[in-house]
Amino acid sequence: MATKRAAKMTAFDRVKLARDAKRPHVKDFIEALCSDFEELHGDRLVNDDAAMVAGFGTMEEFKVLILGHRKGETVEENMSANFGMVNPDGYRKAMRLAKLAERFHNPIVTFVDTPGAYPGREAEERGQAEAIAKSLEFFSGLRTPIVVVVTGEGGSGGALAIAVGDRVLMMENAVYSVISPEGCAGILWRDGHQAPAAAAALKITAADLLELGAIDEVVDEPAGGAQKNRKAACAAVRKSVLKALRGLVKIPVDELVAMRYKKLRAYGNFYK
Amino acid sequence: MSWFEAKAEKPKIPPAKALWAICPRCGSHMSKETWKKNGSICPKCNYHGRLPVRERIAATADEGTFEEMFREVSYSDHLRFHDASGDYRSKIEATIAKTGEKESVVTGRCTIEGHPVVLGVMDFSFMGGSLGTGTGERIARACEAAVAERRPVIIFSASGGARMHEGILSLLQMAKTSAAIAKVKEAGLPYISVLTDPTTGGVSASYAMLGDINITEPRALIGFAGRRVIENTIHQKLPDDFQSAEYLEKHGFIDRIVERGEMRRFIAKMLTYWGF
Ligand SMILES: [Zn+2]
Repeated sequence: MATKRAAKMTAFDRVKLARDAKRPHVKDFIEALCSDFEELHGDRLVNDDAAMVAGFGTMEEFKVLILGHRKGETVEENMSANFGMVNPDGYRKAMRLAKLAERFHNPIVTFVDTPGAYPGREAEERGQAEAIAKSLEFFSGLRTPIVVVVTGEGGSGGALAIAVGDRVLMMENAVYSVISPEGCAGILWRDGHQAPAAAAALKITAADLLELGAIDEVVDEPAGGAQKNRKAACAAVRKSVLKALRGLVKIPVDELVAMRYKKLRAYGNFYK
Repeated sequence: MSWFEAKAEKPKIPPAKALWAICPRCGSHMSKETWKKNGSICPKCNYHGRLPVRERIAATADEGTFEEMFREVSYSDHLRFHDASGDYRSKIEATIAKTGEKESVVTGRCTIEGHPVVLGVMDFSFMGGSLGTGTGERIARACEAAVAERRPVIIFSASGGARMHEGILSLLQMAKTSAAIAKVKEAGLPYISVLTDPTTGGVSASYAMLGDINITEPRALIGFAGRRVIENTIHQKLPDDFQSAEYLEKHGFIDRIVERGEMRRFIAKMLTYWGF
């Protein structure tokens, strides 16, 4: 059924769906996954970035650390969370708590949904580039299982910073791209209105990414999209995350980290 | 990513005035001969201009010691990407024909003042120094070779960011290269990152910012997002020196600004401190 729908939808249709404010948010996924989530704040340096949610919770037999982009649902939330655009402080908070998860052998589940890292003056001054770079290096070697779920907009480096993991899931109508279709159209078409053409050319849908080997699994959404039935969408994500965790915790951690390196190393290696 | 921002700054030496060079930082005019004689450094403001990759290698490696590695690794057009102005394959093949290089980074082994290293040098004139799958693959292989041969890694970056024509796999090169750099450090080997003008977007947000020490040249442009993108987001004018080498050093993300003529000596000295 999913494939039939796929045939009729353009990449840009999915971009619109991925950005739909009625889609499940990180808060919904956390509620569906954990009975007892406790959020934790701050990077211990300068700030607490509301655009990055972090905290511990119980998910069946697992005590997990959850990390995720928060876009917010009300206007006030949108503003305080910068519409899900993370500052360096948010990535540093994520790393701080992930280090704690490693120490106590908590698996990590991340939820990716951001237009991109925040392009701001303070963001640059506090080292946006360094924070993302450090996240990539850090998560590549972290000694605990990591499951990544791309749930909405996987916007470039700001998404990737919490998307390095052992199993990368992506919701059927999510998109994940090196640049926004509008940004790409503005540069290569010299016309932001050509975003639909850019979206198609960039190959950013879950089905495309699965074919390119950039993700491991597509999580089907309810008919018409996750926004039509948040509960069912969250339940499907929960099922896939649990299955992934149950597989990953069986792997000795040395092997797990070696496999993660191999996985990263294989991206775009056409010379095997 | 700010691929375009950086690219847009490039054509400031007007091709029509073949004899004249204009400094992109201070706008001074000088003869091309003066510019070249001065090592592509502005005699007025000390802006260290971009160097073609082979010139940078020649200025860095001990004479005759550079052995190129992984030249077989090149771009991939797995998306069969095309845009309004044509297709990616023709565009990059034209670049390859013009530059004689097959990717935006050249990797190899050499010595620097006698110290054996693995060296990577990016060239902004190759597709804006963009990070494609071939670029990432060369860098990852260079890191692995360094681990195998127990050599320090030195990378000179110059890039506008990820190469969008290669889609998601170009983004994932950021993770791949950062993981490879982690392996170098884990093996107890040093990594010196030299961020040259310009280093922005996906390259600054991966291996370029991960140096055990990050060094740069005077007045280089270094940042994550493009100036215009930021100004449009925050609705403010940014200071003139925003994202300059000097600004980055002041904010704590650059260890040292090193003059081009001092670069070899400085790198060699650092390696000596660490026993390499
Ligand atoms: Zn000048």
